[in-house]
Order: sequence, then C-alpha cells, then structure tokens
Amino acid sequence: MTTEICAQQMDYRELNAKVRAAVAGGERELVLSQVNGQRYLGVGLTQPVKLSIHGVAGNDLAAFMDGPTLEIWGNAQDGVGNTMNSGRVVIHGSAGDVLGYGMRGGRILVRGDVGYRVGIHMKSFKRQVPTIVVGGSAGDFLGEYMAGGVLVVLNLWKEEKEPVGRWTGTGMHGGAIYLRGGSVSPDRLGREVLAAPAGEEDQPVLFPLLDDFATTFGLEAEELRRQPFQRLTPTSHRPYGNLYAY
Amino acid sequence: MTSLVLPEFLHRVDHQRCRRCKRCVMSCGFGALQFLERVVADHAKCVGCHRCATFCPEGAITIERNPTALRYNAHWSEEHRKAIWRQAESGGMLLSAMGNDKPYPSYFDHLLLDACQVTNPSIDPLREPMELRTYLGSKPERLEFGAGPDGKPRLTVELAPQVQLETPLVFSAMSFGSISLNAQKALAMAAEKCGITMNTGEGGLHKDLYPYSRHVVIQVASGRFGVSPEYLQQGAAVEIKIGQGAKPGIGGHLPGEKVPHEISETRMVPVGTDCLSPAPHHDIYSIEDLAQLIGALKEATRYEKPVGVKIAAVHNVAAIASGIVRAGADFIFLDGFRGGTGAAPTVIRDHVGLPIELAVAAVDDRLRREGIRNRASLVVAGGIRSSADVAKAVALGADVCAIGTAALVAMGCHLCQKCYTGNCSWGIATQRSELVRRLEPDVAAERLVNLVRAWSLELKEILGALGLNAIESLRGSRERLRAVGLDQTTLDILGVKPAGR
Ligand code: SF4
Ligand code: SF4
Repeated sequence: MTTEICAQQMDYRELNAKVRAAVAGGERELVLSQVNGQRYLGVGLTQPVKLSIHGVAGNDLAAFMDGPTLEIWGNAQDGVGNTMNSGRVVIHGSAGDVLGYGMRGGRILVRGDVGYRVGIHMKSFKRQVPTIVVGGSAGDFLGEYMAGGVLVVLNLWKEEKEPVGRWTGTGMHGGAIYLRGGSVSPDRLGREVLAAPAGEEDQPVLFPLLDDFATTFGLEAEELRRQPFQRLTPTSHRPYGNLYAY
Repeated sequence: MTSLVLPEFLHRVDHQRCRRCKRCVMSCGFGALQFLERVVADHAKCVGCHRCATFCPEGAITIERNPTALRYNAHWSEEHRKAIWRQAESGGMLLSAMGNDKPYPSYFDHLLLDACQVTNPSIDPLREPMELRTYLGSKPERLEFGAGPDGKPRLTVELAPQVQLETPLVFSAMSFGSISLNAQKALAMAAEKCGITMNTGEGGLHKDLYPYSRHVVIQVASGRFGVSPEYLQQGAAVEIKIGQGAKPGIGGHLPGEKVPHEISETRMVPVGTDCLSPAPHHDIYSIEDLAQLIGALKEATRYEKPVGVKIAAVHNVAAIASGIVRAGADFIFLDGFRGGTGAAPTVIRDHVGLPIELAVAAVDDRLRREGIRNRASLVVAGGIRSSADVAKAVALGADVCAIGTAALVAMGCHLCQKCYTGNCSWGIATQRSELVRRLEPDVAAERLVNLVRAWSLELKEILGALGLNAIESLRGSRERLRAVGLDQTTLDILGVKPAGR
C-alpha cells in the first residue's frame, strides 16, 4: 500500500506532521505530490521508508535523516542531506547549495548540477562512509574541510564547463574526490589537495558508485567505467598542525 | 633552541619535612617532578597547578612565583617580552586556556544591590517560601484562559516546550575531549541532583551520560561532531553553537592525538583524526539560514524541545540577538569575553569580545524595546564568579546564569590555564587515564552540588533582602542596582543609576 499526500498549498509543518503520522501508522511507502518548496522533508525520519517526492523539494531535505530512501522527481533546494546519518536520496533534477554538509553516512545521487559548498566537512566513521555522486557539475568550495567519504562529479551534461568551481577541497583532511575527465585546472583546487589520475586501486571505491548512478538514471554503466577520472586526496591529515606554541 | 624564558614558578620542597613518599612526583601531570634520592623539580615545567602541594601529606611543598625580576618597563611588560621570546622560539600562535585574565574592568564589581529598610519590608527566606525555580524556553505573549471540561478555568494558550530549572543556574558547555569523561559525569550527576542542566559542548554525548539526558543540553556546532538522530533524541534542549566568549569568531580544533577510542566513538570520527570545527557553520551565512537550522532541529525533535543559540558577546550583540530571536530561537546563550575555553589563541582570548554585564543589559534592553523579550530566555555566562554576580546579571536582564569555570574550580581546577596541553593534574582537562582516574565522579559531583546549594541559599538571602520572593521578579529589575565609579555612558548602557541617586 502507498499513501499519497497532495502537498499543494500545504505548510511544511503540516506536511511533515502528516508524513510522520503515516509512518508512525506503519506506512512504508509514501508519494508526495505537488511539492513546491516545502522544507525539511524526511527530516529526522529513522524508519526504512520510501518517499517519492514530485515537484521541488525545499531546503534541508533529508537533514539529520537516518535510513529512509527519498526520490525527488524534480529539483531540490539548498541544504540537502545536512548532517545526514544514513539513507538514500535520489534527485532527478539539480540541487542547490550546501548539499551533504557534515554528512556522516548514506548516499546522495544528483542527476543534474549542484551549487556551492557541497560536501563540506563530510566525515566517515567505521562502516559509515557517506557518498555523493553528481551527474553535472559543482560550484565553488566542493569538499571543503572534507574529513571522510567519497564525492564524485561526472560533468556529463556540459563538458565544455569545468566540473568544479574554485577552492575545491580547501582544508580537506580525509576522504576522496573523483572528477571525471583528464585534468581539472589547478587553479580550481585548494592548497591541501593532491591531484592524480585515478587508477586500478580506485576501482573498488569508484565502480560501485558509477554502477549505482548508471542504474538509477538509466545510463550505460560500462561506458561510465571506461571514462578517465582524476582523484583528489588530502596532502595531509593534519592540515592545521604546527600553528601553535605550546 | 635554548629558551630565553625563565620559569614562571619555583617549586620548593622542605627536605627536612619531606618523608620521601613520592606522592608529589606522581601528582604532577606536567612531568615537573622527579625522585632522585630526593624530590627534584624542573621549574620550567611547573605550571603552578598546586596538585602536588595540595596532596603533600607533610605540607612540605610551596610554589612561588619566580621572584627573578626583569627590568621594569610599563610598556614592555614581562608578559610581552616573554610572549615575544616564546614566539621567536616557536613561530607559532600562542595558545591559552580558561578565560581572559587581563585586568579589564569588571562591571559586576561596580554594581551594588539594593535592600529593603522600614518600608516594603524584607523577607526572611528561612521562614517564607522563596522561589528560585525558573524555565528555559519561549514564553507566550499573553496568557489566555477558558473553561475546561470540568468548568474550571484552564490555560488556553499553547505553551512552547520549557526546561524546568530548580535554580537559575546551568553548567556551561564543556565537551568530552576538552574535559574528561569523569568530569562530564560529575557535571551530569550534579545537574540531575540540583534539577538543572549540563551541556555536552561540541563533542557528542557519551553513552554513559544517557541516563542523565533529561538534564543535558545537547550542542550542535559547526563540526557537527556526534550529531546523530539518536543524539538529538537525547537531551532536554538543543543548543546551536555559533560562538563562545573566549574565542568569538574562531573555530575549534581538537588535535588528532587527543582523539582516542572513547572520544572517537562519541564524536563519531576515526581514532586520531583532527576534529576541526570550522569558524562559521557553512550552512549559516545569514539570519535566514540560522532560522532554517533552528527549524530543522525543531522538526527533527518534533517540536518537543527548546532550541537555542549560543553566541559570543561582540560589538553589535543586541542587533544579533534580535535577529536570533526572530529566527525562532527559544533561548539565547550569551557568552561574555571572560568565558572559559579548553584552548584558544591567546590574542583572541585576551582582545576580542564584550564584557557580559554590558552585553546582557544591551540585549535585554533591545529585546524589550522591540517587544520580543518574552520569545526567548537569556542564559548569561562568561566569568560568573559568585551568587552576587548571578543576582546582578539577573537584575540586568538574565533569566539564568551559566557557569563553566566556577564549576571546574569547584571540582578542583586551579586555573593554571594549561588545559590545551591535556596534562591537567586535576583529572579535569585531560584524557590520560592515570590522570582522569583521580577525579572521582561521585566526589566531584558532591562538590558541585554543594556549590549550587550554597549559591542558591545566598540568592534566597539576596532576594529576601530585596523584599522579593521569586528570582523571576528580579529579572531585568535594574532599579534594584546602583553603580559606583562608572561614567554616564556606561550607566546608560547598563540602565543603572549611580549610587546615591
Ligand atoms: S603538580 Fe602542579 S604545582 Fe606541582 S610541580 Fe607539577 S605543575 Fe607544578
Ligand atoms: S582544568 Fe586543569 S589544566 Fe585546565 S586550568 Fe584547571 S587545573 Fe589547569
């Protein structure tokens, strides 16, 4: 059974309360239609529910989320997956700024582009490794302060554009960023990152993500696997050591 | 490089009285003492924490300030010269801990409380009921009543969630990482006993503290360490940390060597990684962004807990506070420039921020003028040393005072200001198990409970003398304060008359 909720003209508090009530009542699959920027969808949900969201998902989609799967048939605004713990977010359109801030686990797949400050301070812990795959390009400050997890930018739709903006990986001290294509201009990268061609050793991390992305959005997985990638990793796990007199 | 800095303290042992028990050698977390047939001190390592002297069974130890005098110079003070030497030797920023120790004026010490004489008689708190209880949370604009099903009057206004406090005190945020788990346990136990709250700081909540979670305020800071859905469900209230009085505008940095197993579990980062808390939250660049995070946290906690915001008192604090209230915060934690820290660049600690007395007065004033003072409680901190400071802060507009340094001092801290080294001999600001073990949570909790009880008793005396029977009646009652030796502008900001008028 699926519950459908029409979100037209509905305040976000009411909408989220309805979702929570349905989930508390045992519903595991919900369809939200006519969503038009309502905030906080999926926030704080900890059950393994599925939400199909039609329209534009508002700010802080999936913030603090732990478990659910959200599929957005449209764009998402800012703050997707803020401090997300686990679960899966699939966005068929593009997403705004600050996606995956402080994300600790789960996966976000975006078919289109993402805005500024994506993946800031992502971190991993034990078996939790957050992953973000972007089909288009990303804005400035991608992976700033990144402490763990994996960020992939495919730049599939406008290849003449650089895949990332400036200051990518500034202050990065853990995790890895993969950019499709031969080489990104060095002026795009933060001082704390080391760029190198991705090799065989990266395949166990990269290929499952490419496969997932391809299956989810109906692309050729084999084709994606054949592409060249560049890997960005931190030059040091202690970028800010040695600054103090004790 | 040879250091040009002479030792700050001289450690003296009366070898006549010393019975060679070596207790002092084991006491010292800083490795300043050795036993080579007799106790030998490396004066340069002594930080003056007094652990050895306190526990010497013979009272054979004295710690002196090194009397070796540098040539006097009012401009180039000894401190400036020593700082330059240390920087010339290291090339690093100087670090400090605890609060600003510079001789800026303390406005509390220029304020005097009123008391009743003849008319409007005072109240004897030993015989009459005296209400110290107060509530942290947003209050309604007005109360409305209707008839309940039984015909009796009932409140019809929906109240926002509140945290009940039995006395207008809470413990300030001190993270597991900056202080030991035993110190946090003591704070949690004492908070429960006293009916108040402690605060996790940005370090997550250790599982051992879950039983106390009704007395724990959980913090969400820029690094989001340990912030999981489970964490958000714990806790009596949520506090978004924007800033702290000791280091306004500065992020936090727990170096990887201070992230052993337990801390890694609680912060949810791998063992040995640096915990960087960026200076800003990168999802908050405006009041609207702050409103969004407040909203997200309220959604995530089902509107069941107050969500507040902690800021450092800085120059435009009143306007900032107004924005925070309008962003939907249920309380503001206002931290003055004397607020403590586990580690801060000395230059920031000593030269940035505002005195809390002026900040609380300015904020209370602004919120009242805008008609939104009821929407948020004001928690005031940053150098609260006594119940008198509490009473004065409340009269200036605080709902509640928070104590961090005072709580640590109650547990044994001697303000040696070396917390950032992780060697605290008192078992407080350290993760070294042999040092942590010496702070027994039960004993430390008892000391804290005693302190809170003592201050509460004193507050009741103060209220009684003022002819008041509830702490909430004193809030913002600046008419009950007079100032000595302050200029007119300061009086205007404080909203206080000069003594004698
Ligand atoms: S215990 Fe404290 S006072 Fe005693 S020698 Fe060590 S640092 Fe100095
Ligand atoms: S907590 Fe410990 S290290 Fe910090 S000032 Fe107090 S005694 Fe010194």
